[in-house]
Amino acid sequence: MSAPAGLPPRPAGPAAAVYPGGPGASREAAAPQAGPPGYQNGPVQNWMHLPSGYGSHPPNYSAPSGHYSQVPSKAAASHLDDQYRASYYPPYYSAPAQNALTPSVATSVLSTQASQQLYNKTTPQTVGSAEGPTQGAISSASYLITSAQQSYSAFGNHYSTSVSSSVASQGFPLNSDHYAMPVVSGAMYPHLSYPVAAGSVYGQAFTSQSLPAVGQFKETNTFSSQSTSVPHSLQQRVPVGYNSTISSVSAQSVQDNLSRNLTGSVAKVNNQINTGGTDSSQPVHSVSQSIPFTKSGAGTSSSPAVTSSVRTPAPSLSSQPPSSPALTQSPESALQEAIDSSSTTSSASPVLNNYDALEGGGYPETRSVTSSPVPAPAVPQTSKASKPFGYGYPTLQPGYQNAAPPAPVQPSNLGHHPGFQHYPQQYPSVNQLSSSLGGLSLQHSQQPESLRPVNLTQDRNILPVSSVPAPVPNLNSDLRKLNCSPDSFRCTLTNIPQTQALLNKAKLPLGLLLHPFRDLTQLPVITSSTIVRCRSCRTYINPFVSFIDQRRWKCNLCYRVNDVPEEFMYNPLTRSYGEPHKRPEVQNSTVEFIASSDYMLRPPQPAVYLFVLDVSHNAVEAGYLTIVCQSLLENLDKLPGDSRTRIGFITFDSTVQFYNLQEGLSQPQMLIVSDIDDIFLPTPDSLLVNLHESRELIKDLLNALPNMFTNTRETHSALGPALQAAFKLMSPTGGRISVFQTQLPSLGAGLLHSREDPNQRSSTKVVQHLGPATDFYKKLALDCSGQQTAVDLFLLSSQYSDLASLACISKYSAGCIYYYPSFHHSHNPAQAEKLQKDLKRYLTRKIGFEAVMRIRCTKGLSIHTFHGNFFVRSTDLLSLANVNPDAGFAVQMSIEESLTDTSLVCFQTALLYTSSKGERRIRVHTLCLPVVSSLTDVYAGADVQAIVCLLANMAVDRSVSSSLSDARDALVNAVVDSLAAYMSTASNLQQSMLMAPNSLKLFPLYVLALLKQKAFRTGTSTRLDDRVYAMCQMKSQPLVHLMKMIHPNLYRIDKLIDESTIHVNDRVVPQPPLQKLSAEKLTREGAFLMDCGSIFYIWIGKNCDNNFIKDVLGYPNYASVPQKMTQLPEVDALSSERTRSFISWLRDSRPLSPVLQVIKDESPAKTDFFQHLIEDRTEAAFSYYEFLLNIQQQICK
Amino acid sequence: MVFTFAAFCYMLSLVLCAALIFFAIWHIIAFDELQSDFKNPIDQRNPAHALVLPEYSIHSLFCIMFLCAQEWLTLGLNVPLLFYHFWRYFSCPADGSTLAYDPPAVMNADTLIYCRKEAWCKLAFYLLSFFYYLYCMIYTLVSS
Repeated sequence: MSAPAGLPPRPAGPAAAVYPGGPGASREAAAPQAGPPGYQNGPVQNWMHLPSGYGSHPPNYSAPSGHYSQVPSKAAASHLDDQYRASYYPPYYSAPAQNALTPSVATSVLSTQASQQLYNKTTPQTVGSAEGPTQGAISSASYLITSAQQSYSAFGNHYSTSVSSSVASQGFPLNSDHYAMPVVSGAMYPHLSYPVAAGSVYGQAFTSQSLPAVGQFKETNTFSSQSTSVPHSLQQRVPVGYNSTISSVSAQSVQDNLSRNLTGSVAKVNNQINTGGTDSSQPVHSVSQSIPFTKSGAGTSSSPAVTSSVRTPAPSLSSQPPSSPALTQSPESALQEAIDSSSTTSSASPVLNNYDALEGGGYPETRSVTSSPVPAPAVPQTSKASKPFGYGYPTLQPGYQNAAPPAPVQPSNLGHHPGFQHYPQQYPSVNQLSSSLGGLSLQHSQQPESLRPVNLTQDRNILPVSSVPAPVPNLNSDLRKLNCSPDSFRCTLTNIPQTQALLNKAKLPLGLLLHPFRDLTQLPVITSSTIVRCRSCRTYINPFVSFIDQRRWKCNLCYRVNDVPEEFMYNPLTRSYGEPHKRPEVQNSTVEFIASSDYMLRPPQPAVYLFVLDVSHNAVEAGYLTIVCQSLLENLDKLPGDSRTRIGFITFDSTVQFYNLQEGLSQPQMLIVSDIDDIFLPTPDSLLVNLHESRELIKDLLNALPNMFTNTRETHSALGPALQAAFKLMSPTGGRISVFQTQLPSLGAGLLHSREDPNQRSSTKVVQHLGPATDFYKKLALDCSGQQTAVDLFLLSSQYSDLASLACISKYSAGCIYYYPSFHHSHNPAQAEKLQKDLKRYLTRKIGFEAVMRIRCTKGLSIHTFHGNFFVRSTDLLSLANVNPDAGFAVQMSIEESLTDTSLVCFQTALLYTSSKGERRIRVHTLCLPVVSSLTDVYAGADVQAIVCLLANMAVDRSVSSSLSDARDALVNAVVDSLAAYMSTASNLQQSMLMAPNSLKLFPLYVLALLKQKAFRTGTSTRLDDRVYAMCQMKSQPLVHLMKMIHPNLYRIDKLIDESTIHVNDRVVPQPPLQKLSAEKLTREGAFLMDCGSIFYIWIGKNCDNNFIKDVLGYPNYASVPQKMTQLPEVDALSSERTRSFISWLRDSRPLSPVLQVIKDESPAKTDFFQHLIEDRTEAAFSYYEFLLNIQQQICK
Repeated sequence: MVFTFAAFCYMLSLVLCAALIFFAIWHIIAFDELQSDFKNPIDQRNPAHALVLPEYSIHSLFCIMFLCAQEWLTLGLNVPLLFYHFWRYFSCPADGSTLAYDPPAVMNADTLIYCRKEAWCKLAFYLLSFFYYLYCMIYTLVSS
């Protein structure tokens, strides 16, 4: 292992080679594709960063990428086009590039990814190589593109516009991050794309000139797709285009266990190339590269030669003219050439020593990976890391200054936008791209973007072009890559204030928003007999611990030094010993352990589902039974569970009916218990039956159930007794009870009375009865929780049903609540459809039983309050009878001790649950955040969405415990206080204007949206149940869904244009910009789509283009569009196709399929639509502008 | 030295006050256990739940006795706590007593801290009143 020559020896230089290569190399052999069966399709290597749509179809990319390799030449023809594309495609195609964790190119990709969690998800035993070649091709093709763009920046001074953007994307990983394919892409550029850059300079320069060259070059790329087992090496030297660059491409195939060496050299090459490429003073510079195309099946015989050539510290540069792939290259010549090249480029290397270049620029990966196995602060970076914003917003990278002459557009998003990197699951690359392009407005200030003051009253367009990104903690880049995805784990302040006093001064809430059981496409699962945890605080080992030496690690939460157990020394992924810092636990901030029996109080329970159905007259009239039974029949096989899965049914009206489904019966037997005051189980054994053994009986019952009660005259509902019976039935095992209720419970225990006064619905003063009327449901829920039983409530009522009381049954048993106001199967098809879709998701989604979740945090921080559906067992322990992937939690934190002696704080959630297959598992998320000592830094790191969601949770608590108006005041005060505090810190601001830091510019808007939300609005007629339901949602929804609920996204869809589209699975998805939620944006000529999370509204203007109506809606003109329309027809027209693909793209990004509702301008349903236009004035509430003025007034007071 | 009703009241309250002190200590221990995760708040055997109602009723009994004995000063000292108990009892969700320390809410840091403070304050109050009752008992016995 040799550190690249020319690269100044850094403390951990060799480690760089080891680190990236090490895990990569052997993992790559072991790793990629064939994950264990539990894993989804192999190619989706990075669940964090790829939109799911991308992930599952990576092969699709190979074709387009081939195609787009032409882009550069086109670009030469038109600059504008190029600028657009150059920055547009690369991130997009870097997606497949990430999939290239294959034997071939993987080595160097790995070097970056290994440090990121993406990589380790495959378990040790897997061996995959079949897809290697193809992926190699994909990845190299995509590199071609990235590099083409980059070559522009390096050499094409004419294209200054493109230079700025493309340089940004290559030179600054920080910046490139905001083109989507996050860290990896950013990280990859320095490593791999650079080398190829040379090739593509070459290829690009010649596309228009010499065909043979192109052909040849392409060969290099397609090269890896040939499944030859002979090692190839191709060397080229070509004088290229603008600056007569010499580029050489050498591709070699090496035995995979050597690839760590390769990585070293590749990393080295990057540096050289970069300096060479950006230093335009050099008339001629040589660029060389070695792309290790490693194949697991590669011939061993030739590998020694290759090895040696690769081992040469400097990259090999050949002075041969372009030649067809040479099969072998002698080590000697390679060595010699390598020396040549290193001497050529050595002049440039001093630039690299600059830390700014390293940290802010393109090579942090090399370095950080190099420097410390895991927690970075170990090495020289510490000084940087502790410097508040020092490295996040560096001065221009030297290379950048050189290559891009006075860039008109400075990438002002540095350090801020990397936020995008973690966002992607939902909002693929181009979204981010477009927003980042939008963000590239002229800002020259050196101060961080998130601190740029925004004059709220003057700046009317504060909404970003596309979705709002999560801010990225100001950590150094390797920690940042290791950090938990903001989709699972978000903190309201990404810069944690040092003391409680500072936090109080900032007037912002400190808290976490968790989505711990989120559906993940990739998750490293670790089977190990000992789960390494801190001995004093029981923290799970995570990427942010520090290894003191080989044998000891220091807990990052309590700072205790622990021993590394013997078993942990062996890394099953690399099959190497003595590298504990490369274990997947230490490489991923989200991991799942298979727990041993130490983590069980009893044998893992089977999946048990009990359905409690209301069959009173009201229920039968509403007709929900048919839908429920039908959905159940359809999804019976998809219910998560194993062979032990059990299922049961209870129906109730004024009596409680049980169904004996014991195997062997000819038909289901109904047992009626009419003694509802003292409910008992008629036959305790045969009511919950094995799903597989009694399948036929269950099907019979489900088919019969809808018609069994058609003539019932029973109007009473004995929900309480039915629940008690259900509890009795479930208590031996635990499991899930799904209750369907359609009216106010009127009999037996837990009966309720109507508490709503319809005249008070639009009262501005007092809203009463937000709390429960009785403790019955809460107590029952606590009992259920104690027996590991969760109750999920489906309330389908047309009248007041006192959800405030009923919801308790789910709230405290960790269930979920669904509410369908005025449900009727035929009169209200939208609700019926929604129920159907919700049920499908509900029945088939993952489920975890008998779960507990513990949240640990660095000493000094403490948890204050929890929000969500659960039962708090202890100060940091939540008891969750069931956990589902759609459940979100919020936690308020406080700072008990000053954090002055630490620069990083960590939060860890551990969710211990029994999977539906009867496995005990622990899912661990770890989030690491920097500590800051100044108020401005606190503001710079504020995450406005998280803040608003946490405030919403707090406001719900406040309105129940105190009053709604109190809660509303508190919300307004939160804005007033924080903005006032900000304005007082920034002394240079004019006090007369309402200013906010850029990070908080959306704060007033979101709070206004909250105030106009159903949960908190006053003055507008709101039914009590609707209000309570909205509150329940706020408490239990994860952040992404909650934000849509609070502030829907509005798009104009009648003129979806080609530009700013993205491609998902061969489909063109247009990306219309976000519109303000204001009627001023609606025009009668247009059609608008509003995405409220669970429902899509399409509003059609009166004078909407007839072509649109005809093509998209399938009706000849506006007048003929029906009032209730819930589906778009499939019309063979471009606009229809685009609209549908856009809508389905939006749908794909969330688990719950939303219902679509078409609203005409004069239809009565339009109030539903207009109530979401929160920037407008209503009779009872401020417009956005008025709200701002109001805030300003209060600040001045 | 006459054994008056007032003296009897003080004697009784002296004994009961000892019990209240014991309750308060029990509360403090219970919350400590909750905080250090030794106890599950859902646990109905949790003394915090069991002792709420006895404590309230014993204290109310004091007040009634002092009212009957026309010990206005002592009554005046106890009335604030009486009202506090009434407020606690009626402001807690729906059907109180057992849920005076609402299991789902009690683990919130705010609530827990509040409860602990409350327990400490009561302990102090009961201790002081214990000596006050002792003094008053002797005083009434001697003076009459």
